[in-house]
Amino acid sequence: MSKNRELLSKIGLRQDGRRADELRRIRCKLGVFTEPDGSAYLEQGLTKVLAAVYGPHQVRGSRSKAQHDSAVVNCQFSMAVFSTGERKKRPRGDRKSTEISIHLRQALTAAIKVELYPWTQIDVYVEVLHADGGIYPACVNAATLALIDAGIPLKEYVCACTASLANNDVPLLDVSHQEEIIGGPTLTVAALPMSGKIVLMEMSQRFHVDHLQKVLDKALQGCKDIKSILDEAVKSHIQDVGSSTGWASTT
Amino acid sequence: MPQKIHIRLAAHRINPSIAVNRRVPKIFTPGQVITEQNEFMRGHGTYEEEGFLKSSVAGVKEQVNNLISIRPLKSRYNGEVGDVVVGRVTEVQQKRWKVDTNSRLDSVLLLSSVNLPGGELRRRSAEDEHMMRQYLQEGDLISAEVQSVYSDGSLSLHTRSLKYGKLSQGILVKVFPSLIKRSKTHFHNFYVGASIILGNNGFIWIYPTVSNAEDNAGGFVQNLEQVVSRPERETIGRLRNCILALIQSKMMLYDTSILYAFEESQKYSVAELLIPEAMVDVAILTQDRLSMLENS
Repeated sequence: MSKNRELLSKIGLRQDGRRADELRRIRCKLGVFTEPDGSAYLEQGLTKVLAAVYGPHQVRGSRSKAQHDSAVVNCQFSMAVFSTGERKKRPRGDRKSTEISIHLRQALTAAIKVELYPWTQIDVYVEVLHADGGIYPACVNAATLALIDAGIPLKEYVCACTASLANNDVPLLDVSHQEEIIGGPTLTVAALPMSGKIVLMEMSQRFHVDHLQKVLDKALQGCKDIKSILDEAVKSHIQDVGSSTGWASTT
Repeated sequence: MPQKIHIRLAAHRINPSIAVNRRVPKIFTPGQVITEQNEFMRGHGTYEEEGFLKSSVAGVKEQVNNLISIRPLKSRYNGEVGDVVVGRVTEVQQKRWKVDTNSRLDSVLLLSSVNLPGGELRRRSAEDEHMMRQYLQEGDLISAEVQSVYSDGSLSLHTRSLKYGKLSQGILVKVFPSLIKRSKTHFHNFYVGASIILGNNGFIWIYPTVSNAEDNAGGFVQNLEQVVSRPERETIGRLRNCILALIQSKMMLYDTSILYAFEESQKYSVAELLIPEAMVDVAILTQDRLSMLENS
């Protein structure tokens, strides 16, 4: 068993056969629902996430939340009870979900041009259907797509990616659940890939500060790669919808 | 009553897209640079950063002289003066109703911009303010016209015509506002025995055609006693399912497209129209007829 416990084999392959700097396969789809203003589905390896965006709309509930100079961004993260190996008791509201909701809000607020929509509220709901490591990055990427589908102005894409360190030397990109279990510190980065700004950074364990730069660079490179994949998907979606409507709304 | 229920695997889902290959304009996505020059003005969907004009939404470019804007294919309803809208009353306030019209902020319907029962030139008294909830209460559906757009983007509505007012019996279908084609009239009486209001805001109201439009006193009557016959209800249901079929394939909605879809759907029963294959079939047939109309 001990042989299988390695993050990176001698010939440079990982548990699932990827190289150190390879992402898992990303598949995504925009506009999967009709009821919300925008929605998206994203698979990153085996991690599967649904995102729905409502808004911008009038602030419902406690009206005191409304802000005169910006929109209120409201995020809710939840995990389906069947998404993990062990059946979850609470799909939302536990400490981990709340934390991810807050982090999601932080990342999205950095990208959304909230100042354009005063007195309004934007709701983002994200649900994990299958958790296989890298939940937070998958949620950020899915939420970005859903926001774009909803036609909400963004400064640019906001993408997230994880990176780890194998054998105390080689940075690993896009960590899967198995690699998370084996160990090794996981660095999660959410960034605006075009300008290279980091909007959120989190570490699960510590490693020597000398390694930080190269792991961070790797994660940022991952964000850029993810951005180009998402961009491709958005363009083909727009092209598809636009051809069906005959580009009529744009004449 | 036993009913057939279809549950299918995701792998067997059909692709509703009926996109035809036409010339595709350049598509911009958030953060993409539109132009480097400074001589252009930035319109909606764009922003300036470090001397570049960049896109903030995913869509296509529109240029009017020096003004560049990017129009997203889908967004909340942006009202324009004169639009016909269908909305739902969410709140009754002093001298005004708040109406949800699928736009960014709730729209306002002022007491002074409705026709109260008893003629055009009636003075509005304090009595009327107390009676407001009798006219329209929370949850009521109305049709109205956009009177003006406030600076914060919210809309002011009016119902100063017998066309507009409270809606009574019918079906509401919500679609994305961009799928409604702008045309001269948004009220249509189809010969098949049903009428339709295509709200510019994406709310569509399908209702039985009323033959006698005489006792429409200010548009606040809601005749719930009137019995809608079964054929009429079937027509309304079929129209609804046709609209769902068209929007599933992202086709524009206007009187001709809906009527064609309705006629092409006759080979299916109303319930069968909810099966995805049937929906795509109806959409394709409708598109064929529309393109024939275009080419002839």
